[in-house]
Amino acid sequence: MTSNPETRRGGGALAQDPSLPPVAVAEEKLEREARWTLPKILIWTAIALLGGVAWVMLAVVRGETVNAIWFVFAAVCTYLIGYRFYSKVIERYITRPDDRRATPAERQQDGKDYVPTDRRVLYGHHFAAIAGAGPLVGPVLAAQMGFLPGTIWIIVGVVLAGAVQDYTVLFFSMRRGGRSIGQMARDVLGKVGGTAAIIASLLIMIIIVAILALVVVNALGESPWGVFSVSMTLPIAIFMGLYLRYLRPGRITEVSLIGFVLLMAAIIGGGAVAGTEWGQAIFHLDRSVIAWGIIIYGFIAAVLPVWLLLAPRDYLSTFMKIGVIVMLAGAIVLVRPEIEVPAFTEFAFTGLGPVFSGTLFPFLFVTIACGALSGFHALISSGTTPKLVEKERQTRFIGYGGMLMESFVAIMALVAAISIDQGIYYAMNAPGALTGGTVESAVAFVNSLGLTGVNLTPEMLTTTAQQVGEESIVSRTGGAPTLALGLAHIMHQIGGGVAMMGFWYHFAIMFEALFILTAVDAGTRVARFMLQDSLGAWMPKFRDISWRPGVWICTAIMVAGWGYILILGVTDPLGGINTFFPLFGIANQLLAAIALAVVFAIVAKRGPSYVRWLWIIGLPLAFTAVITITASMYKIFSPVPGIGYWANNAKYRAAQAAGDGSLGEPAVVEAVIRNTAVQGTLSIIFVVLTIVVIVVAAISAIRSIRAGVTDDGEDAPVPSRRFAPAGLIPTPAERELEAQWREHDPEHGRASAGH
Amino acid sequence: MTVELQARPASVAVWRRVWGAAARVRWFVTTLMGDRAYDTYVAHCRAQHPDAPVPTERQFWRDRMADQDRNPGARCC
Repeated sequence: MTSNPETRRGGGALAQDPSLPPVAVAEEKLEREARWTLPKILIWTAIALLGGVAWVMLAVVRGETVNAIWFVFAAVCTYLIGYRFYSKVIERYITRPDDRRATPAERQQDGKDYVPTDRRVLYGHHFAAIAGAGPLVGPVLAAQMGFLPGTIWIIVGVVLAGAVQDYTVLFFSMRRGGRSIGQMARDVLGKVGGTAAIIASLLIMIIIVAILALVVVNALGESPWGVFSVSMTLPIAIFMGLYLRYLRPGRITEVSLIGFVLLMAAIIGGGAVAGTEWGQAIFHLDRSVIAWGIIIYGFIAAVLPVWLLLAPRDYLSTFMKIGVIVMLAGAIVLVRPEIEVPAFTEFAFTGLGPVFSGTLFPFLFVTIACGALSGFHALISSGTTPKLVEKERQTRFIGYGGMLMESFVAIMALVAAISIDQGIYYAMNAPGALTGGTVESAVAFVNSLGLTGVNLTPEMLTTTAQQVGEESIVSRTGGAPTLALGLAHIMHQIGGGVAMMGFWYHFAIMFEALFILTAVDAGTRVARFMLQDSLGAWMPKFRDISWRPGVWICTAIMVAGWGYILILGVTDPLGGINTFFPLFGIANQLLAAIALAVVFAIVAKRGPSYVRWLWIIGLPLAFTAVITITASMYKIFSPVPGIGYWANNAKYRAAQAAGDGSLGEPAVVEAVIRNTAVQGTLSIIFVVLTIVVIVVAAISAIRSIRAGVTDDGEDAPVPSRRFAPAGLIPTPAERELEAQWREHDPEHGRASAGH
Repeated sequence: MTVELQARPASVAVWRRVWGAAARVRWFVTTLMGDRAYDTYVAHCRAQHPDAPVPTERQFWRDRMADQDRNPGARCC
């Protein structure tokens, strides 16, 4: 039996146990608390005004320089308004949570996977799971269009799209016992739509792992300091794993603190090692050597037991993530750097920027994926988090609120990246094919771009490189080194002065590498798991995960998949990041389109009273469908070789046929032909799969609306037997109920009281 | 004298507050990182299956890691 969302309120199935205090705040009290009072009106007016002033400073006034503090105000005020008003509209008309229903965590409580978790802790958990290197990379690359397009998209996009996706996927997965987005797609969209969704997520996983690995390779190439300190994370993580397994099981905070101290020692030691002759000899590595290292690492890490490497490094990365983000936010508020980047650059309109090619529409929206709208979150929001939610109404705080926090991380990354000199930004982010790789040629190239206010000198590049302890900062593409330089630029003003810039730079590189290596390892495991499951349909032995040859074969296939793309990216004569990054963004946004299409079909099935509000899901769905399909079309059909993969392919093919050597050596021409063919083929596959999923979802939604379906296939309701507040700060009515529960059972909510 | 008498309880109250706040931070961090997962599990076992034997902490973590090996979870980009 499934429930009927139309008639659920007041239904007898949820009559609560009369011997317990109320498990939900009564409807009348909720309405009374929602009423406007004078202090509330004043506070929200003040927030709206401050946000408005900040937006005016960024978008209208934008004098010679803009202070970074306006980015913080514009972001925080808009988030608060989005959370207070828009997410409540979604709660009221789309999700309609009911605290009288038991969540899967309460209903299926097993003390391990299904545990009702304190909302504040779960918020931290969920945030740590969704935030990775993505929001740190995309905004940095998009800064070539100026600060304004990225800022608007990150802040407005999260309120109307990204957070909506995360919240609704979390909610509907929770209503289905924590089903994954793939399972929901199969349930709602049937065989064709479901299969397309699963193949798309597998391919997307491969491309995402490949591009993230490429970011690490670019950050570590020819950088002995970086290679040393990042390699040291492996013995540190293994030590932590052994400590937890054999010495003191369960002491995770303790071992994370030890790991953190060792990590700091590794960063400091890296500086010393890089200064020695033997350090240079061992750790000064070519990018393709590092790429092979990561491929071999990826295979070994994915077949090793979780406890030895993945789990301890995950603890370390959670610890660092939350610490660094708090630190960076504090530093930006304290230092308040002046931003000299213009609001828009000409590259936003010509589409011929050196960092990546393509005009503002649609390429801004695929370059910044994580932070504004990230389809990958649908995999996290459906899976672990819904199995831990204590009360239904908390999903707004965790799903919507968690994504707002990720967006804030993206804004801080943007601020850090644009606080460095513009000339240095272009010298670092333009590919070697354009800068020529040397200081002199890079300076000539950047100054020839004709950007106002950009006047790069060779001394600027050599001094900066020396300050951060690198040989050169020319063409260090991928976003991570730029962000690291920005962070060093901000942090050294608080702690340590110029002498500490090298430390902060490598601290940031290490921080990003830690996330990415975890994503590489976990992504390979998930992809392998999906492959084993699919192969198991024909050869059941593959489903047996204790059958080691099956594990090894499937891991090898997946590693070969992303490893091939990684090698193509590293050896790409045209640059790598600039040609491959659009695929990463398109893949991520296509996953968002798939997730939103599934949610759209679910909401349409809930009943006629939901149809009027379907635009809440339809709006971001249509937007992401339009941008990703348009971007794919540009990449497939654009006649401009700099933008269209096939156009470039044809150009190099023609050169090869004519024996024209002006485009480079025969080997270079061949590499470009091969790479553009791979990129073009992937673009076609992605866009076809997505169109299939969206069409199937649209057909399903229209059918449901015509037939007046009122059953979206969620689990039958079970009455709840516990209570907890919905948001971060309990309301007076919630405090009253908490007091009643404490009286009823002194143990209730005891953990959260700080004992 | 009177001043001191008044000051004392106030400082005690302040310390209690600081201590309370520190305990909350500690609770938050250790719960977030997972230090308390075993305690949660034991509490669950005692409440739901009072007669079943409770695994040791070492065994609990071994089983948990083995579960993660079987069902990998994605990390985000």
